[in-house]
Amino acid sequence: MTERKPKPKIKKEEVKMPKQDPKVRVKNFNEVALGYTEEQALEEAARCLQCVKPQCVDGCPVEVPIPEFIKCIKEKKYAEGIITIKSKNALPAVCGRVCPQEEQCQVKCVLGKIGDPVSIGRLERYLADWERDHGFQIPEKAPPTGKKVAVVGAGPAGLTAAADLIQLGHKVTMYEALHLPGGVLIYGIPEFRLPKAIVRNEVAYIEKLGVELRVGNLVGRIHTIPELLKTDTNAVFIGSGAGLPRFMGVEGENLGGIYSANEFLIRNNLMKSFDFPEYDTPVRIGKHVVVIGGGNVAMDCARSSMRLGAEVCLLYRRSRDELPARQEEIENAEEEGLVCKFLAAPLKFNGDEKGWVKSMECIAMELGPPDESGRRRPIPMKGSEFTMETDTVIIAIGQTPNPIIQRTTTGLEVNLKRGTILVDENGKTSIQGVYAGGDVVTGAATVISAMGAGKTAAKAMHKFLSEKK
Amino acid sequence: MIYKIISTEELAPKTKMFEVLAPDIAAKAKPGQFLIVIISVKGERIPLTICDYNREKGTVSFAFHEVGKTTKELGQMQAGDTLENVTGPLGNPSEIKNFGKILCIGGGVFIAPLLLQVKAMKQTGNKVTTILGARIKEELFMEEKAKTLSDKIYTASDDGSIGYKGLDFLKEILKTEKFDHCVVMGPVVMMKEVSEITKPYGIPTIVTTTPIMMDGMGMCGVCRVTVGGKMLFGCVDGPEFDGHQVDFEELVQRQRLFLPEERVASLMWEKNIGGCRCDRKKA
Ligand SMILES: Cc1cc2nc3c(=O)[nH]c(=O)nc-3n(C[C@H](O)[C@H](O)[C@H](O)COP(=O)(O)OP(=O)(O)OC[C@H]3O[C@@H](n4cnc5c(N)ncnc54)[C@H](O)[C@@H]3O)c2cc1C
Ligand SMILES: Cc1cc2nc3c(=O)[nH]c(=O)nc-3n(C[C@H](O)[C@H](O)[C@H](O)COP(=O)(O)OP(=O)(O)OC[C@H]3O[C@@H](n4cnc5c(N)ncnc54)[C@H](O)[C@@H]3O)c2cc1C
Ligand code: SF4
Ligand code: SF4
Ligand code: FES
Repeated sequence: MTERKPKPKIKKEEVKMPKQDPKVRVKNFNEVALGYTEEQALEEAARCLQCVKPQCVDGCPVEVPIPEFIKCIKEKKYAEGIITIKSKNALPAVCGRVCPQEEQCQVKCVLGKIGDPVSIGRLERYLADWERDHGFQIPEKAPPTGKKVAVVGAGPAGLTAAADLIQLGHKVTMYEALHLPGGVLIYGIPEFRLPKAIVRNEVAYIEKLGVELRVGNLVGRIHTIPELLKTDTNAVFIGSGAGLPRFMGVEGENLGGIYSANEFLIRNNLMKSFDFPEYDTPVRIGKHVVVIGGGNVAMDCARSSMRLGAEVCLLYRRSRDELPARQEEIENAEEEGLVCKFLAAPLKFNGDEKGWVKSMECIAMELGPPDESGRRRPIPMKGSEFTMETDTVIIAIGQTPNPIIQRTTTGLEVNLKRGTILVDENGKTSIQGVYAGGDVVTGAATVISAMGAGKTAAKAMHKFLSEKK
Repeated sequence: MIYKIISTEELAPKTKMFEVLAPDIAAKAKPGQFLIVIISVKGERIPLTICDYNREKGTVSFAFHEVGKTTKELGQMQAGDTLENVTGPLGNPSEIKNFGKILCIGGGVFIAPLLLQVKAMKQTGNKVTTILGARIKEELFMEEKAKTLSDKIYTASDDGSIGYKGLDFLKEILKTEKFDHCVVMGPVVMMKEVSEITKPYGIPTIVTTTPIMMDGMGMCGVCRVTVGGKMLFGCVDGPEFDGHQVDFEELVQRQRLFLPEERVASLMWEKNIGGCRCDRKKA
C-alpha cells in the first residue's frame, strides 16, 4: 500500500458533558447536565472543520450561523460568539439544553460520518451561560415606527416574535394567561432539564428590550383579538401553544391519583409543589407510579416522579423502537431507574373505597402495519388482559391547542379536527393583520420550531406593518 | 399590575368580602364567572366567584370562607394590601334572560355571588324567589339586600336557628308553585339536594360546580366533572352545569383529593403565625 499524505488528525469522539451521578441526581431537582468547562468547550470547538458549505446550518430551524460562532469560541471571543448566535436565536440558553440536536443541527454535521458530530448544542449552551455570568448586551433598536403589536402567549414562539418585532421598532405588548411567562419552558419542562432561573433570565432580556408583559391576562376573556384590533393594535401574533390535555376515555379515569401530564408538571414546575409546604400547592405521589405514553413529556413526568421518591413504570403501547422521546432522555431515565413496559395499554382503572386509584387493567398489544404516522399500529391481543397494581397514574398521551382563542375570534380559520390555527407559509392567518405560530399551528412540536415560526411571522408582520400607512 | 385591596367587609364569622382594584377584569366581568387569586409569591392559585364589579372604579369583589391555609391567610389581609395576582374573568357567564318565574338558591358564602345573579335576573324581567341558606343563624348575611332584589325570599338553616330547618320546605313550595328555572350556588351537598328536589318537577336547575382547580383555563384537567356521563372541565366548560346531570358523588370525592396535604398546610401556617386565630372572632 502506498503511503498517502497525512490528513490533519480529527478527534472522532465528542467531549462528553459532565453529568450528576444518577444515584445522586434522582434525589434532587438540580440540573442533570452540568455544562462544559472552558477547556472542554475549547477542545470540542477545535473539532469543528469550519466547513465552507456547512450542512449543520441546514438542520437548524432558525439557521444559527454555527461555524461562525464555533470559530469565536476557538478564538476565545465569547462576547462576539453570543452576539452571532443571538442574531438568529433569542433563547440560546434554552435551545442549547432542550433542542433535539441529534435530529436537527448535529445529524447533518459532516463529522457524523466518521465519528461523533460536533456537540453544537453544548457549545451553544456554553456561550449562553458565559453571557449570563458576564452580563447581557442589549442590541440597538430600530427607530420607533409608531406601530403597535400584541403578542398572545409568552412561550418560545411569542417571546421570539416579540423580541424580533421590538428590535424592528414596533411597540410590543405581550399577554400571558398564566401568572409567569415562559410557556412550556416554565410550566412543563422540569427544573432538572431546564432550570427556571434560566428561563427567567431569557424573559428578563426580552423585557429589557422594551416589551411590555401583562401576565394573568387570558386573551379571549379580557380582550378578544377582534377587540384588540379595533383599538390601537395594528397586528397580532398568536403563540398560545398546545396546552389542552388529552385523556383516554377509559373507565375510572376520574379517580384520585390520576393526573394529566400537564396537571402533574404544572404542580411541580410552575407551582413548585415538590417544595410543599414551603410552597402552597401540594402534589401527592404514591409508591408505584405508572406513566402512560412514550414521548418527552412522559419521560419528564417519569423522571420527576422518581425524584419525588416513587418507583416508576412507563407503559407504552408500541415497542421500544417506536418510543418518540429523545434517545438521551430515555437513557437518562433508565440510568435513574425507570422500568418500561412496552406493548400494553390500559383498559380500566379500579379505585379503593376513598376513590383513589389502586390498580389498572391492561391489555397487551402487537404491532400491525404502519398507520398514518408511519409507525406500526398497535393492535390489542384478545385474551391478554392483565392487572397492574398502582397508586398514581400520569397520563402523557399528548396535548392539543387550547380552544379559547379559536372560539372567541370570529373569522379565524382552524383545522376543526386538530384544533390548530391555519396559516400560510409566512404565518398569516385568515384574518388581516393576525399571524400565528408554534404549537397552536403545528400541534405539540419543539421549542426551536416554535421559535422559527415566531421569527417567520415577525418578518411577515414587519412587512405588513411597513406597507400599512 | 398591582392588585390592591380597596375595601374589606366581614359578612359573617370567618366570611369576608374583598373589593380589589383590577380594571381590566372589572371591564369584562359578568355574573357566574370566577377569578383565580394568588396571595403571595409562593402561594397557590385559588378560584373565587365574582360577587360584584364596578366598571367605573375598576374594581371586582369576591367573598370567601376561611377553610384552609390560603383562605385563612387571605382573611388576615387588609385594605391597602396587595395580592400577587388576580386572573379573570374565567369560566362561562351565567345565562341571564327572561325565563319567567325563577328560584335562586344560595348557601353559605355563595349567597354573595348569588345575589349578583339575582340582580341581573331581576333586571331582565324575571319574577325571582330567593332562598338563603346557612348552617347557623350567625352565618346568614345579606338578607336585607336579598329582600330588596327579589320578589319573595325565604331563609333556612341546618339547625333551624333561623328560618326553616333544612330544605324540606322547598318540597312543599313546589307542590303549589310553578317555577320555570332554578339556579343554585352553595356547598355541593346543598346543590345535590336541591337538584334532587326539583327533578321530579322538571325545573331546569343550574348548579355552580366547585371542583379543585389550578390554572382555571383548561390546561390541567384537575377540575374534571362528569356531567351526563361525559367528562367535562369545570373551568372552561362550566362552572355552571345542569344539576340533574352532574355526578355529585364524584365531585365531592374529587374535592377531597388533597385533604391530608391541605390539613398539613393549614396547621403549619397556624403554628408559624403563633397559634390559631379563631379566637379573634367569635364563631
Ligand atoms: C413536558 C414537556 C417537555 C418538552 N420537552 C421538549 C424538549 O426537550 N425539547 C423541545 O424542543 N421541545 C420540548 N417540548 C415541546 C416544546 O416545549 C413546545 O413545542 C414549545 O414550548 C411550543 O412553544 P409555543 O410558544 O408554541 O407554546 P407554549 O410554550 O405552550 O406557550 C404558549 C403560552 O401561551 C399562553 N396562552 C395560551 N392561551 C392564551 C391566551 N388565550 N391568552 C394569553 N396567553 C395564552 C400559555 O399560558 C403559554 O404560556 C416539551 C413540551 C412539554 C410539555
Ligand atoms: C369555580 C369556583 C368558585 C369558587 N368560589 C368560591 C367563593 O366565591 N367563595 C369561597 O369561599 N370559595 C369558593 N370556591 C372554593 C375555594 O376555591 C376554596 O375554598 C379554596 O380554594 C380553599 O383554599 P384553602 O387553601 O383555603 O383551603 P384548602 O386547604 O385548599 O381546603 C380546605 C378545605 O376546603 C375544601 N376545598 C378545597 N378546594 C375546594 C373547592 N374548590 N371547592 C370546595 N371546597 C374545596 C377541601 O376539601 C378542604 O376540606 C370556589 C371554587 C371554585 C372551583
Ligand atoms: S438552535 Fe437548536 S438546532 Fe439550532 S443550532 Fe442551536 S441547538 Fe442546533
Ligand atoms: S458541519 Fe460540523 S464540522 Fe462542519 S461547520 Fe458544521 S459543525 Fe462544524
Ligand atoms: S383548572 Fe386546570 S383545566 Fe380546569
